Amino acid sequence: MTIRSTGAVAVLLMAAQLACAQTPSSLQVRSWAAACANCHGTQGVAQAPMQPLAGLPKEVIAQRMQDFKSGKVPSATVMHQLAKGYSDEQIAAMAAYFAAQKRAGDR
Amino acid sequence: MQRRHFLQAGSALGASGLLAACASVNSGQGPHVVVIGAGYAGATAAKYIRMWSNYGIQVTLVEPNTAFVSCPISNLVIGGSKTLADITTPYDKLVQRHGVQLVQDRVIGIDADRRQVRLAGGRTLAYDRLVVSPGVDFMWETLPGMAREGAKDQVLHAWKAGAQTVALRKQLEAMPDGGVFAMSIPMAPYRCPPGPYERACQVADYFSQFKPRSKVIVLDANDDVTSKGPLFKKAWRERYAGMVEYRPRHNVIDVDARTRTLKFDFNDDLNADVLNVIPAMRAGDVALHAGLATANQRWCEVDFLTFESKVLQNVHVLGDAVLSAPLMPKSGHMANQHGKTCAAAVVALLTGQEVNAEPVYNNICYSFVSANEVVHVASVHRYDAAQKTMLTVPGSGGVSAQANALEGVYAMGWARNIWADTLA
Repeated sequence: MTIRSTGAVAVLLMAAQLACAQTPSSLQVRSWAAACANCHGTQGVAQAPMQPLAGLPKEVIAQRMQDFKSGKVPSATVMHQLAKGYSDEQIAAMAAYFAAQKRAGDR
Repeated sequence: MQRRHFLQAGSALGASGLLAACASVNSGQGPHVVVIGAGYAGATAAKYIRMWSNYGIQVTLVEPNTAFVSCPISNLVIGGSKTLADITTPYDKLVQRHGVQLVQDRVIGIDADRRQVRLAGGRTLAYDRLVVSPGVDFMWETLPGMAREGAKDQVLHAWKAGAQTVALRKQLEAMPDGGVFAMSIPMAPYRCPPGPYERACQVADYFSQFKPRSKVIVLDANDDVTSKGPLFKKAWRERYAGMVEYRPRHNVIDVDARTRTLKFDFNDDLNADVLNVIPAMRAGDVALHAGLATANQRWCEVDFLTFESKVLQNVHVLGDAVLSAPLMPKSGHMANQHGKTCAAAVVALLTGQEVNAEPVYNNICYSFVSANEVVHVASVHRYDAAQKTMLTVPGSGGVSAQANALEGVYAMGWARNIWADTLA
């Protein structure tokens, strides 16, 4: 492979990545959010009785997580314990990720 | 696969493959990942490698069983409130929806130099990266009497959900009222830390309804209950008063299956009508034979950023077979998290992207203390770059305040969602 063709592959690779809109940090957020899928479904599309997260406004998800974290949700069973394991920055990023996912009915 | 061939496949994916893959088109080209074992870790890894490579990486999943039978919830089959069908999920969606190549076979050898695995059926599969998710196998050598003919059919472990789960239930049904069920627990670490104590509750729940004069004796090699101790002890003390007896520091060193007798290192022999021996365990045979189990010849050491083996390049190990990070349980939930963390790393490594340097994930284990009341333990784990391992986040995690029916509903919701996340 010549240097020129290696460069061409690199440009194509970059174009492909841009086309998929996946920067390394968005991949990281995707991985963080995937850890919620065990209960809230793959990409936030949950089966009952778990709360679906896909397509919810990011402000709603982030506020709910903050309320869990500060102990303001009296009906919490596990989320108050899990929310304390995530930084505010991680919560905001994951909330934005779930807000951008399609709901079950939109698929 | 030759190195040159691999590079061609890699650049095909990087250049045209990824563009095509944005439309979820399966090019039939691209690197090839072989996954051994379709449990919580392996099946999840297979699905997510396909999904996260936009279906550009080929995945072959090798699994001897015809369907997935969940260990979590399997104690309810023993207790009688669920059936084996309730905890069984077919593999068809991994194939139809995600294009995973499912091979029903058993791996008999890994050749890491040639990047090949050999199957019992005679085939050889070449890989660019290999994911080994073999679960656990038992250290039968620690219980000489279990080698006698028929012993393993008489004294069950029921620690891999399936035929043994149903067989143990049948032994309990056949036991007369007034009988004794004795279960032994090995020294930690073992698969599913709260599982044995949940099982004691499930058997007691069955006895209290149908065989109220019967007893449950728990013989634990550990110094105390290894998970959710106060919650289980409260259930035994209050819900199953006089029925469950817990004996710590009882290390089983042999079993006589014909007389249904347990022998201990320091305590008197114990007879029971139904014996349930959970033997000491280690990484599954295929990992052990490949030389992956470097920690005490029992568990596989991995890099927690990628789950790549510390001894074999291009080979990743997941799930219960891994030498756990501090406070990381060997659970189905955690195995699923391993699967996704590894999938992201495998896709990154095969497509020239950066591996996530800050993995964060959680664990939840629900235990049924009756047919519908549950207690949980939860934790959040994040990568510590200085110690190069996963550590729990200070201040996070915890257990239920008390057993409750609301979490019984959530526990079944958890099961449905994790089965779908792993297999659908």
